[in-house]
Amino acid sequence: MQVRIANVRKEFDRFPALHDVSLDIHSGELIALLGPSGSGKTTLLRLIAGLETPTDGKVFFGDIDASEKTVQERNIGFVFQHYALFRHMTILENVSFGLSVRPRATRPPAGEIRRRAMELLDLVQLSGLEKRYPNQLSGGQRQRVALARALAIEPGVLLLDEPFGALDAQVRRELRKWLREMHDRTGHTTVFVTHDQEEALELADRLCVMSQGKIEQVGSPDTVYDSPISPFVFGFIGESSELPVTVENGELWSGGRAIGVPAPDSKTGEARLFFRPHDVELVEHDASLAGVVTSSRRVGGTRRVELEIGGEGHKVEVDLPFDHPAGEKTRLSFRPKRWRLF
Amino acid sequence: MKQPSVIPGFGLTLGFTLAYFSLIVFIPMIALGIRSAGLGFDGFWKAATDPRVLGALRVSFVTALIAAGVNVIFGTLIAWVLVRYRFPGRRIFDAVVDLPFALPTAVAGIALTAIYAPNGIVGQWFPFRIAYTPIGIVIAMIFIGLPFVVRTIQPILEEVSREVEEASATLGASRFQTITRVILPSLTPAILTGFALAFARGVGEYGSVIFIAGNIPFVSEIAPLLIYIRLQEFNYVGATVIAAVMLIISFAMLFFINLIQAWSRKRFGYGN
Repeated sequence: MQVRIANVRKEFDRFPALHDVSLDIHSGELIALLGPSGSGKTTLLRLIAGLETPTDGKVFFGDIDASEKTVQERNIGFVFQHYALFRHMTILENVSFGLSVRPRATRPPAGEIRRRAMELLDLVQLSGLEKRYPNQLSGGQRQRVALARALAIEPGVLLLDEPFGALDAQVRRELRKWLREMHDRTGHTTVFVTHDQEEALELADRLCVMSQGKIEQVGSPDTVYDSPISPFVFGFIGESSELPVTVENGELWSGGRAIGVPAPDSKTGEARLFFRPHDVELVEHDASLAGVVTSSRRVGGTRRVELEIGGEGHKVEVDLPFDHPAGEKTRLSFRPKRWRLF
Repeated sequence: MKQPSVIPGFGLTLGFTLAYFSLIVFIPMIALGIRSAGLGFDGFWKAATDPRVLGALRVSFVTALIAAGVNVIFGTLIAWVLVRYRFPGRRIFDAVVDLPFALPTAVAGIALTAIYAPNGIVGQWFPFRIAYTPIGIVIAMIFIGLPFVVRTIQPILEEVSREVEEASATLGASRFQTITRVILPSLTPAILTGFALAFARGVGEYGSVIFIAGNIPFVSEIAPLLIYIRLQEFNYVGATVIAAVMLIISFAMLFFINLIQAWSRKRFGYGN
């Protein structure tokens, strides 16, 4: 189902959590709401669910204004960070819950409820555990039960609030892959909240980057990673290095010398140069950024070198292959291959 | 070689526990057992099935059960209000819940009698008598048992996360269904504990009840009072027999409640 958020504002006790946010969520897509804590991403998700009501603005499900509908009427699947399973019910009862609380007229017969719950447990690969209680399962298993429980009501939209936040790194990676496969199979419109940019980049069809109650950028993972439209997005998505520069005569200058990077359009004056540590080339010319190596760490397959540029203590990071001979030097000259200027 | 446990002092603490328990609990109880056993089975049975004793035991246990039942319902409600809502005066209200613990029971009994007497400020509005009847006994027991229920349910209710209720709502459950199918079942162990404590307190209560009860044999005379009366008649054995019977019934009931609790705790995985 298509979801449209139109000019939504939300205040908690006069404290604004969301400022005039609008977002179109396409039918069948997997979209990530990504941002640091306090950016309003969870509030936005809860507004879609109906767990919060907007101070202003509307939420549409398809063409229907859902703002007036209660949580119960919205037919959404919601998965919480800490699972929120019913601990006095077996796994099967947990998954069946949504169907068994329906009014008599729309409630499937008991046998049918059971069959569907078992089918979903099979889908989340937990067949055979239906008689257990939640406290007998591991974190990853519990979260899969929570997902099966949410899917049981055949929701129009699936909403996940930091679904892997409470799990350890390995389980998180497995579940991430598994969720992607699940989504490809079932095709639910899915919105998930995360503060983990790696998770968002890997999992989502589109990212919605948020900061301080506003949407900074919406786009595919590639667009957001390659063409961030603000310093915040550049710094938040992926690794980044930042350096103050001067733009003059169509060139960038740092510490009184040209660094061999042409300036875009007609910008002049002070600016901030952003680049990715791995998007650099080592050069021998004078027209480059040169710095003194202040630290050097091996990170997996690369060596991350921290350089001090100029006399004012500006530090940037660049990545070298771990066995590159330049890793031994005390001074390095480089040029960013790709960069953005703000 | 002996592996020392990480948790220190098992021998010392167990020894202390046993010695302490013996002095405070076991020895008095064993004395009770020996005293009443001195009567022989026939004598014991005769003393225990004396009509007045049976009447007093019935009054004591029936009123304590009713009071504990009432306390479970309204205590849960009070715990709910204190945990879930923020309102001015909440902390004062919260502190007032403990007052029945602190107030001398005689004071409570006299105060309750005064207001529930046929001419008291509450009693005058009822077409039936409250003070000096078993209803009065129930009211006194409700008063003294309330904090037990509230204080056992409150922490568990705080632990039932809002998210669980929200999850229930997103799955389409009405508020009524959320309460009856999600919240109350998860409170069951705490409610049972509260019930057991309030019941035990009610059965043993003496101070406040004797003022409001009227103490008419077979109608509103409680077993603890009958024990006292027997003592005043220098009928020590008779008193011991009533005490022993009360002890056996109470222990059986509390043990049964404990079993239910252990079963539900194991199931729901508390403390995990």
